[in-house]
Amino acid sequence: MLKTSDIETFDATAVNSARVRQPLYAARKKIFPKRAEGRFRRFKWLVMLVTLGIYYLTPWLRWDRGPHAPDQAVLVDLANRRFYFFPIEIWPQELYFVAGLLIMAGFGLFLVTSTIGRAWCGYACPQTVWVDLFLVIERAIEGDRNARIRLDAAPWSAGKLAKRVSKHAVWLAVAMATGGAWIFYFADAPTLLHALVTGRAAAVAYITVAILTATTYVFGGLMREQVCTYMCPWPRIQAAMLDENSLTVTYNDWRGEPRTRHAKKAAAAGQAVGDCVDCNACVAVCPMGIDIRDGQQLECITCALCIDACDSVMDKLGKDRGLIAYATLAEYDSNMALATAGGTSAVDPRRVRGAGGRLSDKVATFHLGNLLRPRTLIYLGAWSLVGLGLLFALLTRDRLQMSVLADRNPQFVVLADGAIRNGYTVKLLNMVPELRTITMSLEGLPGGEMTIVGMNQPAGRSFIVELEPDRLKTLRVYVRQPRGEVAGATQHVRFSVQDKSSSESDHYDATFDAPEPSP
Amino acid sequence: MSEKEVDQVTGVSTTGHSWDGIKELDTPMPRWWLITFYATIVWALAYMVAYPAWPLLRTATTGLLGYSSRGEIKKELNAAQEAKAGYIAAISSKTIDEIMADDTLRSFAAAAGAAAFKVNCVQCHGSGAQGSPGYPNLNDDEWLWGGTARDIQQTIAHGIRYTEDPDTRISEMPAFGGMLDSRQIAQVTSHVLSLSGKADGAAPADLAAGKAVFAQNCAVCHGEAGKGNRELGAPDLTDAIWLYGATPAAIAAQIRAPRHGVMPAWAGRLGDTLVKELTVYVHSLGGGR
Repeated sequence: MLKTSDIETFDATAVNSARVRQPLYAARKKIFPKRAEGRFRRFKWLVMLVTLGIYYLTPWLRWDRGPHAPDQAVLVDLANRRFYFFPIEIWPQELYFVAGLLIMAGFGLFLVTSTIGRAWCGYACPQTVWVDLFLVIERAIEGDRNARIRLDAAPWSAGKLAKRVSKHAVWLAVAMATGGAWIFYFADAPTLLHALVTGRAAAVAYITVAILTATTYVFGGLMREQVCTYMCPWPRIQAAMLDENSLTVTYNDWRGEPRTRHAKKAAAAGQAVGDCVDCNACVAVCPMGIDIRDGQQLECITCALCIDACDSVMDKLGKDRGLIAYATLAEYDSNMALATAGGTSAVDPRRVRGAGGRLSDKVATFHLGNLLRPRTLIYLGAWSLVGLGLLFALLTRDRLQMSVLADRNPQFVVLADGAIRNGYTVKLLNMVPELRTITMSLEGLPGGEMTIVGMNQPAGRSFIVELEPDRLKTLRVYVRQPRGEVAGATQHVRFSVQDKSSSESDHYDATFDAPEPSP
Repeated sequence: MSEKEVDQVTGVSTTGHSWDGIKELDTPMPRWWLITFYATIVWALAYMVAYPAWPLLRTATTGLLGYSSRGEIKKELNAAQEAKAGYIAAISSKTIDEIMADDTLRSFAAAAGAAAFKVNCVQCHGSGAQGSPGYPNLNDDEWLWGGTARDIQQTIAHGIRYTEDPDTRISEMPAFGGMLDSRQIAQVTSHVLSLSGKADGAAPADLAAGKAVFAQNCAVCHGEAGKGNRELGAPDLTDAIWLYGATPAAIAAQIRAPRHGVMPAWAGRLGDTLVKELTVYVHSLGGGR
């Protein structure tokens, strides 16, 4: 019989007990990000200017392609199945260029993520950029953080109503401009704008604008950080893409803890004092509503605004910048080991400080060499390989193409004089927006001569054919071989096409069928 | 008895149901869900009024919008018919030569003719119009009755040896089995083979005899040189195309007791317009003159 004290007890807590369980659906808590100032904020303004500029202005750039093609620099011409990008014109069968660009975008994202972390999320993602833009509008109308919190809590009044209405009106206007700009990529922008304004554009144009206006307004104005946290799969994937040498926005608690608002008093009492003065500036500016001091987390888009906020506080206190900084996990671990004496004690920032309160030389800092790792080099290699492959394909691609389809029913026809005739459907692709005169000729097949239906020319082995600009031309061609020359049931014949002026050429090998020789 | 109460933990009232002390919470539905739910009910009611919904004994309610899937098909067919109407009217009013001279009409007619050919002609002439023994290949350049568009139109419209049509093309080769003996038939067969350069190893004397028989009996229709006569529908015997086979046996059989294929007249069945379209298609197969 065991005594109660002999029974082993476990130090376990039910993580999912009703007491601690989180509700599945949490109501959204409003976030009022404060305006940040600093180098990252300035860089983000620049990125915003460039990306929005590209988005809104690109459809208006012109590019002269002559009289037979549109003069819009970037145009997805769905009706005519062409994609124009400056001097490049892509036909539907060349869509592998687009696939290649998507692969490059994938590798590029891997490369960026493995080196500088979630830079895409923090700087270039349309969601981030437009939320930033919407926040600019919100601040201009309702004021900065504190004013907005007050306004939100205030009862409805004429003033509050005016501010809210004007904010949403401007948001909607921006959203409409965003949705409107999108459709200009699919048609001649000036013509479409005129048609849109005068109410004569196609219904699909208005519907597209309406949908994109709605999504921009809802995602950028109303949902904001929830899109990143709940809807976007990328934060989940990014977590797997990061390693100990990837840069992430990091709160360096090895120098910040223990945080205190009464540093002098604590120092006087001989306690360890971290650099963090617990001013919450980093929390106030965060557009995601998180506290970076909790460590790396899914919600953090690494927009680096907390770095700006913290740096300005450190400057005021005369301390080293970088309490919150871009750092790799490797540096962080090494510094943490330094501050905790190899993990034997709590964080004591005195261990990382040198003379005069500045950081000691033993503190690990980021250096560019960290970017060159096998992993990043492989990504860079793959990215460059695909890019070079695409470039090569682009430079060497055919702009004059031919394909030949031999008639299968009937395979051949015996003519009155015993000659054998085969029918072919020849397709000639003139992939440049210029009229071309090409020579189509027959090679091989002794004695063979062709006639082109509808050309009213005597049979021959070579024809001059006009190709309309940027079009596919289909020809019905009959090839006839005299009885005496027929050599077997299947002979090879080559159709070739040549543009004398550009020395471009193409050919297609087909078969010429005849009856089996009678036994 | 059950009593409704407010649950302490969640702040939500219970339904009042209780089993062994376990009570059921009356958690309200999210409002968006309820609104969507009611919206679907409203939608369903509106749908029932607007579209055919209630089955009756023999029919169903028609709905305010008067929609029916049959009506939809009829509309689409009418639209297609309307789109074609202009071409069809032009084809029916123009002569075959005028149609052939007009690129747009010609390609429209060829497409329409191709479809009609698949329904009406492939049974004898084959799906590629390649024919078979006894049924002419329409792709080649040999025409018993002429290969111009007008000749082809006449053939399709009135048929061949189709006695119900007074304008049908008639030709009949006599059965020489009763007029010539076997030796003469063999001799004339050798001569006919030699016309297209085929030698069956006959002695020169037999060939000369065959030539004489041919001049006496066959040249009337097939011509002295055997080139045939399209007015009479007499085939050219010098070319490489043999409707009933090119072997000595097949030719001898045809001399002894000729077979005569019949093609029906199509004008009465398909109408003039479709006959013109078929003409354009057949003419486009590569052998048209």
